[in-house]
Amino acid sequence: MIGLEHYLGLAAGLFVIGFFGIFLNRKNVIVILMSIELMLLAVNINFVAFSFYLNDLVGQVFALFVLTVAAAEASIGLAILVVFFRNRGSIDVEDINVMKG
Amino acid sequence: MGVADFAFYLFAITALTGALMTVVSKNPVHSVLWLVSTFFSAAGLFVLLGAEFVAMLLVIVYVGAVMVLFLFVVMMLDVDFEELRGQMAKYIPLALFIGIILLLDLGMVFGPWEFAQNAEAMRAAPAPDLDQVQNTAALGQLIYTKYIYLFQTAGLILLVAMVGAIVLTLRHRRDIKRQNVVAQMHRDPAKAMDVIDVKPGQGL
Repeated sequence: MIGLEHYLGLAAGLFVIGFFGIFLNRKNVIVILMSIELMLLAVNINFVAFSFYLNDLVGQVFALFVLTVAAAEASIGLAILVVFFRNRGSIDVEDINVMKG
Repeated sequence: MGVADFAFYLFAITALTGALMTVVSKNPVHSVLWLVSTFFSAAGLFVLLGAEFVAMLLVIVYVGAVMVLFLFVVMMLDVDFEELRGQMAKYIPLALFIGIILLLDLGMVFGPWEFAQNAEAMRAAPAPDLDQVQNTAALGQLIYTKYIYLFQTAGLILLVAMVGAIVLTLRHRRDIKRQNVVAQMHRDPAKAMDVIDVKPGQGL
């Protein structure tokens, strides 16, 4: 029988892989965005698993809102990426230093 | 091992493999495709958990829209991805170190723990029986009553994101010819053309 721990473990694995991806692809913004998507997916799996094992629908409602925010974040991120590429001709994270932050 | 267990392990292994290949594959197009496989298996897991609506949302919104957006951007930008991967090996030890620490922290779920005594009583919206109300209908009843303001806010977030994306990427090019509809409608056909009587041998 698959317990809650299995789902939480899987979500933990996905989250860590997403985290790992951010470090691994420090220069490629597109893969960093994809890693963030992975981490959000892990969070969603946690929400839905708890929703199932506690028999509470709110987890699924929250997963829905996480999905919405993730979609908005991806679209804005990609838009910024396209504008940046148009202006600088590169998507290297180390080139993003116009504001000297 | 029943069918459900087998399906769980199948989807879980596919999801983890897809996630790992997403972050390590050389070609970003392959990354996107691996991520699609991860999302598909996550949708399968959601179906196993009885959350069909979220599963279908994941397939339609994520695979159908967001991943296609990613593919578009990856394919449209003329980026030398090989150059971006130059120093990947440099970061692997640090990434592995932090990743393993995080994994150990999150691995605590396999330790002894249990739900709080009053966890059952603190549920905000206990799920109704599946033979009475379907998952989608139950979610709809919850979203459109109790969480209507949050739902509207989610719609607003999407609207703002859409407007933001358009404002960011729209550029008005001045060096191209455009159609001027008003001028087109107000021009007089009688004045559009002059008939000139050209004498033979003289030219204009």
